[in-house]
Amino acid sequence: MSAHINHVVVVLQQVSLEEVPAKKLRLTKPSKSAALHIDLCKATSPTDALQYLLSFARRPVEAESVEGVVRILLEHYYKESDNSVRLKIASLLGLLSKTQGFAPDCIVDDAINTLNNEKSHQVLAQLLGTLLIIGTQLPDKIAVVQRLIDVACKHLSSTYFGVRNKCLQLLGCLGTVDKPLSKETDAGPGAQTSHVRDVQSVISDYFQDQDPRVRTAAIKAMLQLHERGMKIQQTIYNQACKLLSDDYEQVRSAAVQMVWVLSQLYPESIVPIPSSNEEIRLVDDSFGKICHMVSDGSWVVRVQAAKLLGSMHQVSPHFLEQTLDKKLMSDLRRKRTAHERAKELYASGEFSSGRRWADDAPKEKVDTSGVNLIDSGACGAFVHGLEDEMYEVRISAVEALCSLAQSSPSFAEKCLDFLVDMFNDEIEEVRLQSIHVLRQISTHITLREDQLDTVLAVLEDSSRDIREALHELLCYTNVSTKDCIQLALVELLKNLTKYPTDRNSVWKCLKFLGARHPTLVLPIVPELLSTHPYFDTPEPDMDDPAYIAVLVLVFNAAKSCPTMPALFSDHTFRHYAYLRDSLSHLVPHLRVRNLSALESAQNFLQDSLVRVSALQNLETPGAQDLLEFTIRDLLRLGELQTELAGSADFCATYLHCQLLLTKALQEKLWTMAVPLCLKQNWLSFDDLEFLYSGLETQQIATIHNIRLQAKALQLILTARSKPGVDRVLGACEKFLQDVESFQRLFMTELPHFQDSFVEKLLELMPRLTTCKPLDLVKILQTTLRQSGFIHLKLPEQIHRASATIIEPTGESDNPLKFTTGLVVALDIDATLEHVQDPQTSVKVQVLYPDGQSHIIHPKPGDFRTPGPGRVRLITQVYLSHSAWTEACQIEVRLLLAYSSSSSKQSASKPAWNESMGGLPTSESCIESTIHLSKPVKVFIMPKPARR
Amino acid sequence: MPDIKVTPLGAGQDVGRSCILVSIGGKNIMLDCGMHMGYNDDRRFPDFSYVTQNGRLTEFLDCVIISHFHLDHCGALPYMSEMVGYDGPIYMTHPTKAICPILLEDFRKITVDKKGETNFFTSQMIKDCMKKVVPLNLHQTVQVDEELEIKAYYAGHVLGAAMFQIKVGSESVVYTGDYNMTPDRHLGAAWIDKCRPDILISESTYATTIRDSKRCRERDFLKKVHETVERGGKVLIPVFALGRAQELCILLETFWERMNLKAPIYFSTGLTEKANHYYKLFITWTNQKIRKTFVQRNMFEFKHIKAFDRSYADNPGPMVVFATPGMLHAGQSLQIFKKWAGNEKNMLIMPGYCVQGTVGHKILNGQKKLEMEGRATVITGTLDVKLQVEYMSFSAHADAIGIMQLIRMAEPRNMLLVHGEAKKMEFLKDKIEQEVFVRCISCYMPANGETTTVVTNPSVPVDISLNLLKREMALGGPLPDAKRPRTMHGTLIMKDNSLRLVSPEQALKELGLSEHQLRFTCRVQLHDPHSDTDTLGRIYTHLKSVLKSYSIQHVPDGTVIVESIVIKVTSSAEEPNLKVILLSWSYQDEELGSFLSTLLKKGLPS
Repeated sequence: MSAHINHVVVVLQQVSLEEVPAKKLRLTKPSKSAALHIDLCKATSPTDALQYLLSFARRPVEAESVEGVVRILLEHYYKESDNSVRLKIASLLGLLSKTQGFAPDCIVDDAINTLNNEKSHQVLAQLLGTLLIIGTQLPDKIAVVQRLIDVACKHLSSTYFGVRNKCLQLLGCLGTVDKPLSKETDAGPGAQTSHVRDVQSVISDYFQDQDPRVRTAAIKAMLQLHERGMKIQQTIYNQACKLLSDDYEQVRSAAVQMVWVLSQLYPESIVPIPSSNEEIRLVDDSFGKICHMVSDGSWVVRVQAAKLLGSMHQVSPHFLEQTLDKKLMSDLRRKRTAHERAKELYASGEFSSGRRWADDAPKEKVDTSGVNLIDSGACGAFVHGLEDEMYEVRISAVEALCSLAQSSPSFAEKCLDFLVDMFNDEIEEVRLQSIHVLRQISTHITLREDQLDTVLAVLEDSSRDIREALHELLCYTNVSTKDCIQLALVELLKNLTKYPTDRNSVWKCLKFLGARHPTLVLPIVPELLSTHPYFDTPEPDMDDPAYIAVLVLVFNAAKSCPTMPALFSDHTFRHYAYLRDSLSHLVPHLRVRNLSALESAQNFLQDSLVRVSALQNLETPGAQDLLEFTIRDLLRLGELQTELAGSADFCATYLHCQLLLTKALQEKLWTMAVPLCLKQNWLSFDDLEFLYSGLETQQIATIHNIRLQAKALQLILTARSKPGVDRVLGACEKFLQDVESFQRLFMTELPHFQDSFVEKLLELMPRLTTCKPLDLVKILQTTLRQSGFIHLKLPEQIHRASATIIEPTGESDNPLKFTTGLVVALDIDATLEHVQDPQTSVKVQVLYPDGQSHIIHPKPGDFRTPGPGRVRLITQVYLSHSAWTEACQIEVRLLLAYSSSSSKQSASKPAWNESMGGLPTSESCIESTIHLSKPVKVFIMPKPARR
Repeated sequence: MPDIKVTPLGAGQDVGRSCILVSIGGKNIMLDCGMHMGYNDDRRFPDFSYVTQNGRLTEFLDCVIISHFHLDHCGALPYMSEMVGYDGPIYMTHPTKAICPILLEDFRKITVDKKGETNFFTSQMIKDCMKKVVPLNLHQTVQVDEELEIKAYYAGHVLGAAMFQIKVGSESVVYTGDYNMTPDRHLGAAWIDKCRPDILISESTYATTIRDSKRCRERDFLKKVHETVERGGKVLIPVFALGRAQELCILLETFWERMNLKAPIYFSTGLTEKANHYYKLFITWTNQKIRKTFVQRNMFEFKHIKAFDRSYADNPGPMVVFATPGMLHAGQSLQIFKKWAGNEKNMLIMPGYCVQGTVGHKILNGQKKLEMEGRATVITGTLDVKLQVEYMSFSAHADAIGIMQLIRMAEPRNMLLVHGEAKKMEFLKDKIEQEVFVRCISCYMPANGETTTVVTNPSVPVDISLNLLKREMALGGPLPDAKRPRTMHGTLIMKDNSLRLVSPEQALKELGLSEHQLRFTCRVQLHDPHSDTDTLGRIYTHLKSVLKSYSIQHVPDGTVIVESIVIKVTSSAEEPNLKVILLSWSYQDEELGSFLSTLLKKGLPS
């Protein structure tokens, strides 16, 4: 064997050596075909020829020389006696006809001709494959397609399965959608009707082929026809159903698909039930049949069947509900399922389950003739699917359940027990999936106490993913009684003590639970807050997470239940005030005594903006103070009112930029303060543009306007500090380009920019382009002073992309020790909000004490989406460094990368940096990224490697 | 007609003592060789005298197959092979071979050492017996001799349990042993391919039961254990050493892992430890989850489950203990039970069925005070049962639906039910015969010693020469009808125990014979006023109009040739109007020839 390989390698080397002069020739007007021709002529044995062809196939051929190459290949094809070489040539023909820009019409005839003389089955199959490729390249040439179909029909009777396979494939891909196969029907009906058969019946003949591969190919071809928009005839249905009991799994697998397709095409037509004279809808019939396949012998088929069940929404509810029904029986007596028993126990008020043996003893006797063991169609399909050995089947069954339950509330109610059971699956993926599914259908359902009990048991799971999914589920769950609320609270508190890291998630969960069930919370408030009608109870510890959790539940319930605050004791109100301030995202605003009713935050925001807009000139005394106060108010508002956080922050940042700019302009002396202001501004601009989502073009234009102002200022600064015409000239050109691009981008928005810097600039544009740099600078200076202040109009909804690093907390005093030169993994756990496309844009930055910084791209799999708009990043970053003498802190933070107009950005930045000369480059701002989170400090300690 | 005979020596309309004799294609096979738990006398073992009155079994049996290691399937094996005498091969899967001797040894110890029986097999006999065992793998086809082959399929139930396909020529029998169609925490579901056996011999323990989802039971079990442990109680789970014990261990182990629980779980030492060792080794026989995760961690290397020591029973705090035996009738489980019974915080979980008369059975029936008899070492007198008692059935047999599922998978021609109660079998038998399967199935349920005979229709393989086949193919119509039977001409040569179908020419050549032409001639008299040539012409046109798709030639020398049939016309000198038509055809064209003769006898149309 090794000798053989060596031989091949040697041959390959020789070939590549020989190829070298050929390559040189190409410069002069070589054709690849010529080289090939020479090679093929040189070949003495079939193996040699095969080697040449193999190496030839490795390099692409230009579209114009394809035809020549094809001719040469064909020529050799006819001469060649060895099957394998001919096979390779045939496959090369197919490969070549796929070349971009080459129209394979011209080789159709030749390719078909080769078919006629071919004896070898393998080569024949390959040639048909080539024709298929050619045919798919030329879907519009009806004549060609027609010829190819004729060829395929002719070869269908081949004895070799491969040839039949390819023919069927060809028919499936090219078979005409609307016309019968032969054109003769148009010419003279009647005469040749016996020969004219449409593609479908031709293909369906092969459903009974002796070779399973051909049967599969036939079904696949039929499915292909369906995909191309041909309406499959209903007569196929019975044939397809027969194939469901085929011996071979790939046939069954394809047949299941076929039956499914037909059930979607003819859901309402009626089919008879064999061995009885009843009739049912086709979709119900096929549903029953596919359900049957859920207990197939091959797991591939089972997965497929379970998946397809999920998309059969038209099935009658009566059939659907059967899938969860399995008539239990024990020694011929009817037995109730554990689910039914649990329900009855619950209904009777007794809450205990079988203490005694034979508690589940079967009662009534079953009529033996009434028990149907196998032909029950849909019966228990999902029960089987959910108990399957392979987790792939179980997962698809869970998914199918989900999709069916979403369209049918009554089914959702029924499948609840089964989904809850899946919480105990042995594979975590399945557990997780079933929790997610339950969340998705939770709008339809109300959990009973015993069901909730089972659900809550999972809260102790050691997997964080599971717990968080469950919290998410509880956020959306409806429960029926106050006991349920209490139960949930108790379990959540237990969870909190066991896994303190779940704090945020548990609080959030209780927030929704409270907001959803105010009336259920009301009766248990005194108990929860441990108040007493006569006695004062000790004031609970405000820092206890469990107490906070209870308060979050109560306050959120109180929001829509005005009678509740009357039950609070004094310290509760104090705690409310504190929590409203510190955990404003969890505690809603309540209309309670002692607290002056605030005006709607929205109004406040608008008022502030109106107040600011009253300012015409920022240089008037007091105007800057007003701006400063407004900025402070807005920032605070953002903290208090999470819904408005985005808008408020956005306004505040904008005003801040404006303020800085004004301050810079007021400096008559152009001292160092100005560049500093500028520097801060640059950071804010990027934030403004890229950190907020929901911005409209007008706002973006406003930002660009102020950015232009800043650039103008910078230009002036350059001109003043470095008197050198060359440099200023370059900067001026750059600036003019920026102005033009602004005009280009925001043409439609220009009417809004009355009296602004940009408007004035555009008026002066003809003068600017002609005048000298120094004049330009002067003009800019005056324009800057004169230009007014653009008022920001708020769009509907602005969200600020934000990130919080939950772990590492940065509070640990114990350094993370690792050996120098090796790596240490640091677990990072962060939540991202309103970040678009986090997989590509979010990076982790690690900043070492020596100023080195690393950027790490987390894997796409590290991002999880627990809810809409929120993303969770759980990843590991690898740190490494050389030895230090003592433990130092490194900083870890998240960055948001952006790409749009970054070229402009990067082009302008170096210029500025140069001009500022002495200033150090900003230590943490990496190009095209903005800070997304606050940095977290981690203590690390590299130890010297031991020798 | 050839037939297959099946005779249960045990397990016919009964549970226990599985032993079934099968004669197929001249081979005799013994399926399983078990003992009966309910008897202590001779009825305990199958009656081997049915096979032969005296002398060894070797010459009457071609092989013995053991489906799994439960004693009711392998308990009589050393007795049969060493005491009755059998030297042929014994087939079983690898795990069965590993675990079987442990159980046999245990069984022997209890019978001989505890009960003091004599005339029982010895340890040496078990060893000798195991030497005769040939282990095999799943889906491995083993050729017992030239004609007999066996193949094992996965059966679930317990570690190493297998279903066996026994095949002689085209006749085959599938024996399921005990199997389980629903997977559990440590084993997968039984699976078989569509092998279409002549007989499917299936167990029918749960013939009249349709079971509830396993998940509910598991959840209940876990919840009960968890609650008890949380409030500081102790949980006692009496188990048999093998099978369910491992499943429950896995269940608790994963639950402990998931829920991060700290309470200790103990496993009584001895037999179970050894068994766990084998479970660790035979990972490939377990379910998907364990198979896939064993690279990281072998699920049977328990983290939370430790070996039990007698002194631990008095430790304070919560704990879970698995102890043998399963019915609380003796040994460690009973001792622990006595210690813990007085505390209502504790819990007893019975995972299986208890025989009447055992402590387990009494407790399950709700008895609150137990009379403790016997040894002075433990508490005598009455014992108050205050602890909670739960019953959790985890059984690994296929239920009625499972059996049906297997039938659908294997598509047998006949069913034969064993290993179940007669009444229950009756029900299942009716059901099987009613249900519409791909082919109609007749179902049998023989009692012990009763022989069921099933007539088979074995196909006889014949070698056909390729040339002949191609020639016939060329004659044939379009391909899609390939499944339809078609007649073909050839010569069947039976020589040296082989059958060959060859073309007649080749047969002649091989046999050194020359070909003889066989021609039939026939004269038909016909009144026709025309001349000979004219008559011939008229015959020609007549035939031409009747036989449209045949080649008919009018040869100038005065004959008409239809295919190979020659037709001549002569007239006698004395009666010119009476024409004699001479027909001659070869043997191969007999059909056409006789048709022509009758046609011409009717005369020509005027």
